[in-house]
Amino acid sequence: MSGSLAQRASRAQASARQDGRRSTTDSPLAIGIAMVLLIIAAVYFLVPIYWLVVNATKTQPDLIGSNGFLFSTWNLGRNLSDLFSRSDGIFLRWGLNSLLYAGLGAAVGTFLSAMAGYALAKYSFRGREALFTLILGGVLVPATALALPLFLIFARVGLTDTYWSVFLPSVVSPFGVYLSRIFAAASVPDELIDAARLDGASEWRVFVTVGLRLMSPALVTIFLFQFVVIWNNFLLPLIMLRSSELWPITYGLFSWQSQVSRDPSLQILTVTGSLVSVIPLIVTFLALQRYWQAGLTAGSDR
Amino acid sequence: MATVIEPATADPSAGAPARRRTGRPGRSNRAWIGFVLPFLVPFVLFYVVPICYAIGQSLTKTERTGGIFGEATTRFAGLEQYGRVFSDPGFREGVGRVLLFGVVQVPVMLGFALLLALLLDSTAARLNRFFRIAYFLPYAIPGVIAALMWAFLYSPQLSPIVKALDDGGIGIDFLGSGTILWSIANVVTWTYTGYNMLIIFAALQAIPQSVYEAAKVDGAGALRTAWSIKVPLVLPALVLTAVFSIIGTLQLFTEPVVFRAISTNVPSDFTPNLLAFNTASANNYPLAAAMSVVLALATFILSSTFLRSTSKRAGL
Repeated sequence: MSGSLAQRASRAQASARQDGRRSTTDSPLAIGIAMVLLIIAAVYFLVPIYWLVVNATKTQPDLIGSNGFLFSTWNLGRNLSDLFSRSDGIFLRWGLNSLLYAGLGAAVGTFLSAMAGYALAKYSFRGREALFTLILGGVLVPATALALPLFLIFARVGLTDTYWSVFLPSVVSPFGVYLSRIFAAASVPDELIDAARLDGASEWRVFVTVGLRLMSPALVTIFLFQFVVIWNNFLLPLIMLRSSELWPITYGLFSWQSQVSRDPSLQILTVTGSLVSVIPLIVTFLALQRYWQAGLTAGSDR
Repeated sequence: MATVIEPATADPSAGAPARRRTGRPGRSNRAWIGFVLPFLVPFVLFYVVPICYAIGQSLTKTERTGGIFGEATTRFAGLEQYGRVFSDPGFREGVGRVLLFGVVQVPVMLGFALLLALLLDSTAARLNRFFRIAYFLPYAIPGVIAALMWAFLYSPQLSPIVKALDDGGIGIDFLGSGTILWSIANVVTWTYTGYNMLIIFAALQAIPQSVYEAAKVDGAGALRTAWSIKVPLVLPALVLTAVFSIIGTLQLFTEPVVFRAISTNVPSDFTPNLLAFNTASANNYPLAAAMSVVLALATFILSSTFLRSTSKRAGL
């Protein structure tokens, strides 16, 4: 249990690489077939993204008239300036909204999950397992089944069509608590907690200086996954928000796409906007690779 | 020196008995409440309360006295709404549709993910990283945008794929009434295969090397090793991915909504979730609530039954 999960995962990969599992049993033919299959799969996964990149650079007539897999007249600069100036820069607003919902929501949510998971792993109290089961039950409840009743409740207290209506429910992540508990149990030794208490630290200080510190690589993973879940959430904003200035980017792009028959120029803006909106996500994922890979290891580690 | 310190660390209760007992995780230490409450309060507010509210709401009906412009009153209606949910042919068809979708799409996606994970696990490492990232990339793309992208690739007017197939003599309408469900299945498969593949791959990497050496001594080839050693050992990971996929399938909403904007072949009751959404949009809240409850219950029962029935075999 020494070292962070990220380290464990990369060590496992390294050892897998060194031990040469494929060694004697694989014939060149088998390796060739495997390679072909892997490449075909890569093409399948990358083609739509390639299409998006190519077509975001086109003019509206070329989007329809030219071959979708080949570049034609370069119009990316123009598309970008149109994208950001449309309706007084509403696209940027949507982007910032998404960042606020997903970034702040995931940060707060991760912190709440970390506290709850830490307590469930490191304190024993009556009803602990029952509480954990209740929270785990939350993992199995489809978020969409919650959205409608949430709307009705929020309508009663006048919260619909506000930032809060999307932000508040997003903060709760039962799966984050589940992962936090696993991470806390695996990476925070009881001896260290005891030692900190002996030094006279309060329970809160023990959590912050020992628990949070040791759990931090795992918390990045939880943050990342909750970020994606909130960023992707479509139903909740669709139900809660009427005012376009509160929409997240996904809702905004969807609304443009729905209006294409009335205003065809929105089509190329939807394509360019889609590309612009996925770039931050892809960059984040590439930059934080070792964290999500480690997180997936832990997720299957029941 | 050492003898002085040692008892204190080895047997801490000897050092400060009173403090130790309260400090020990457990018994009289109530600090956990402070850690759990900040999560528990919003959890109750935004998970437990809505479920109870939906159940309560589903047991009522709105009646208008004196014609359509009359006063609306809400009254207790027992299980009447549930009767309407189950007798609604649209709801039944929608459930049938997502079940068919799940029975086909989930095994195809997980089989695909398992195959890729096994291939990556047994081939040279050089391109491994590239493949892993390429397969995972779609997961970073929101469902709405994935659906928008594929909508372009399916479109009879815009798609280079449709054009190429047409030139090859194969005329396929991806957005036809018979094909659109499978076109949506492809979008879902495209988005989540890499995610599931990584979970399985991580489990494969955790198998200790000694297991393979034993297999090699027994003279097992690569295929046999994969089938009778690797697959059984990653079964817990497969179960986990299957449960998440089942939950996702029953919730199917985003992709149908996006495709509804470009095709007439996605009716308003295409999936149960879409129907519940449209029922609520039409202000029939009690019925929509009943649909949500049925859907949540079905999801819960299906995924927990699946977990229980497979957990023994998977050795969880």
